[in-house]
Amino acid sequence: MKGETFNGATGDTAAQNTLFEQSPSRHRAFPGWRFVPFLVAALVLVPVGTVISSLFTPSGEIWQHLVETTLPGLLVNTFWLILGVASGTAVIGVSLAWFTAVCEFPGRKFFSWALLLPLAIPAYVTAFVALGLFDYTGPVQTGLREWLDSDVSWFPDIRGRASVIIVMILAFYPYVYLLARNAFLTQGRRTLEAAQSLGFNRTQGFFKLALPMGRPWIVGGVMLVVMETLADFGTVSVFNYDTFTTAIYKAWYALFSLPAASQLASLLIMIVFAAMVLEQQFRSRMRYAENRQSARAARVPLTGWHVWLVGCFASAVLFFAFVLPVTQLVIWAASVFAQDFNQRYLEFLWHSLLLSSFAALLTCSVTLLVVYAARRYPDPLTRTAVRISTIGYALPGAVLAVGIFIPIAWLDNWTSAMTLRLFNIETGLIIQGTLFTMLIAYMTRFLAVSHSPIESAMQRITRSIDEAATSLGLNGWAMLRRIHLPMLKGGIYTAAALVFVDVMKEMPITLMTRPFGWDTLAVRIFEMTSEGVWEQAALPAVALVLAGLVPIVLFVRQTER
Amino acid sequence: MARLCFKHYLISMLCTITVLATGTSHAEGVVVYSARIEQLIKPMFDAFTKESGIGVKFVTDKEGPLLARLKAEGKNTPADMLITVDAGNLWEAAREGLLKPVESKILESNIPAYLRDPENQWFGLSVRARTIIYNTRRVKPGDLSTYEALADPKWKGRLCLRTSKKVYNQSLVAMMIAELGEAKTEQIIKGWVANLATDPLSDETRAMEFVAAGKCDVTIANTYYYGRLMQKKPSLPLAIFWPNQAGSGVHVNISGAGITRYAHNAPGALKLLEFLSSEKAQNLFADVNLEYPANPGVPVDPVVAAWGSFKQNPINVKKAGELQAEAVKLMDRAGYK
Repeated sequence: MKGETFNGATGDTAAQNTLFEQSPSRHRAFPGWRFVPFLVAALVLVPVGTVISSLFTPSGEIWQHLVETTLPGLLVNTFWLILGVASGTAVIGVSLAWFTAVCEFPGRKFFSWALLLPLAIPAYVTAFVALGLFDYTGPVQTGLREWLDSDVSWFPDIRGRASVIIVMILAFYPYVYLLARNAFLTQGRRTLEAAQSLGFNRTQGFFKLALPMGRPWIVGGVMLVVMETLADFGTVSVFNYDTFTTAIYKAWYALFSLPAASQLASLLIMIVFAAMVLEQQFRSRMRYAENRQSARAARVPLTGWHVWLVGCFASAVLFFAFVLPVTQLVIWAASVFAQDFNQRYLEFLWHSLLLSSFAALLTCSVTLLVVYAARRYPDPLTRTAVRISTIGYALPGAVLAVGIFIPIAWLDNWTSAMTLRLFNIETGLIIQGTLFTMLIAYMTRFLAVSHSPIESAMQRITRSIDEAATSLGLNGWAMLRRIHLPMLKGGIYTAAALVFVDVMKEMPITLMTRPFGWDTLAVRIFEMTSEGVWEQAALPAVALVLAGLVPIVLFVRQTER
Repeated sequence: MARLCFKHYLISMLCTITVLATGTSHAEGVVVYSARIEQLIKPMFDAFTKESGIGVKFVTDKEGPLLARLKAEGKNTPADMLITVDAGNLWEAAREGLLKPVESKILESNIPAYLRDPENQWFGLSVRARTIIYNTRRVKPGDLSTYEALADPKWKGRLCLRTSKKVYNQSLVAMMIAELGEAKTEQIIKGWVANLATDPLSDETRAMEFVAAGKCDVTIANTYYYGRLMQKKPSLPLAIFWPNQAGSGVHVNISGAGITRYAHNAPGALKLLEFLSSEKAQNLFADVNLEYPANPGVPVDPVVAAWGSFKQNPINVKKAGELQAEAVKLMDRAGYK
């Protein structure tokens, strides 16, 4: 963690000199790198800007109504939700990551991949299953009432704030787990050895060294969770828990005002952006490089009751976040299988897999370029561009989908008018409704997801390696491919798995930009749930979970050697 | 070698993308944007294609995004027809200038005036009746009378409601405003909220299950939800009560359709619309979801017929759209979540 200021803004002349000395050769090598982050940011700014441009449409009347009625309550709700989910996922994700990455206990290998499985279940599905099981008419309360022959009025209110928070923690903790595990796997055990040589015991070592050193990963994971929570509409709707996003959709769907909805969403973006900048400011003073790749230190064996405690903890999380919801889904799916299952499910599955893998490939490749370019040009402007490119994840899905769609339709109409004028050919709309458009749309949403793991992996690589490579004549592409790529593998696999699963679960963008006939498993779930037939929705949901397991298993095989 | 494989992989992926990335050209058939889900429209489209030889392409989504999409696509929209599951969004589509008035004697004779736009921009195709469902062990039908009466203190702690964010409740309250005025309606909604046994639920089926389990005694629901639930669990102690029969009648909404302003195949779309209003399709359209046909000449499904006949509220359903924003604001003020 040796401070190596590479930030021109801080005025470290030595560092600046190094920067400027090296710059000319870089520019000769491939000046295009300089512009990669700006290009990507511009691409993301198109839909985000479309949403923000709503600020010029007056809709004061709706604002006034919201402020006078529901908004204060919504803000309180949103605040507690974010706080609860962020801290819950941090505690569960980090602790489980630590136990599976650094310690040794019976079942560790199993848990290290099994704890990722909840990623494959959409959060609103977990929510619906939880409500179905524990609500007043669910089997748990009904059983209790019959067994105790009382009205069990002591049973906690399952549709309250605590339940929403718990469900979201169970659905989202894998983001933190995955990233933190990556951090601890690459340096946790050695950190612990170092701590012991400094006279710390293990607990102190964890809190004083490992945790601060894992910070970019942990914060990155929690940031993803916060954005996902802010943008969520499905889960909170199941619980009828009103948040800021509820107000956005109310303005749009119920009050018929897309501008007012976009304005509310713009506010959301600005808050998230401010949080990102603050976090960045805080982090930019630290360096997290790893200086040498030595043989891995031995795992710390857990003993006595610790084994039981950790085993029970991991089992409980796995049970409630995955086993229970999936069991219920399978039971429902089995009851409708004979009547609903047909060959088209193969088509849905194929579409889901194809879109997810292409989107993961595209998003991760672009992220890699952005992260690499930002490393070579670490000025504040580039950093801002990188931040902007990850903002799409904080927008409610349907709002972003419209933000994407409007400029595409505009471009399409313009193209059509031009070809009509120049060549007298009526083309109609040729850009929208192509898979390419769809993939770009996914990318604008999920850049944040791939950015966190790849960027934090990049931070692990010391700058002295870059300097050594430069002195050996490696530059641009060659350096990225031959030096960085092999060292970034873990981060890239993490990013690809996350994007793959997220795209598979994604609904609004898929619905809005898919070509005719391109229904996916998520579209199928949408159709069933929008008419309230949840049992039938279980069939595509189970298929989606199974398909989502593919990248997780691949991921584990790649990283768990 | 490894890198070579990766290159091949990349190239083959790019080829696939290029092949698949074919744009939407102008189709010969009719193109539909539908908020009514595939299972509830495809059988009718198939029947139409079989009869007329005209193909139907469709894409499903929620109403909000579909309207935004139509608006953004403007003159070049591939869509010829818009289908929704409520009157409010059709009214909004017409207000945004996304639909086109059509002259059709067939439609005018098949669809009653109160179930279509007075300017003929959209037409109801099935009727969704919103009624009172009660627990047969705890409530005598004689205790029930109107929606408004559910605000009476005698129902304190006995009422379950679905969330005010569902469009069906917004339409119901909008129609109440049209009939009773804003002040009176607000009083009633406040009365409902005071009578709630539990916070509003996100799901109508769940609300009926609550009634059956005794958490509350009555709820308001669309009849097809009741039909579906009773088909699955026939032993539940639930029954339908038709409210406001001495007054204006049961609140009804529609699932309906209109032809888009810039339809490329307006004649084909009109043919489809007329077909959907005809006897042949009306049965299918309503019966796949246990709804009521919009065409009064078409008999209802036997399951639905067993619930008895009732008087429908004859106010034009476009009021649901006109007053929807008012209704939503009113419910916010009344604390109906």
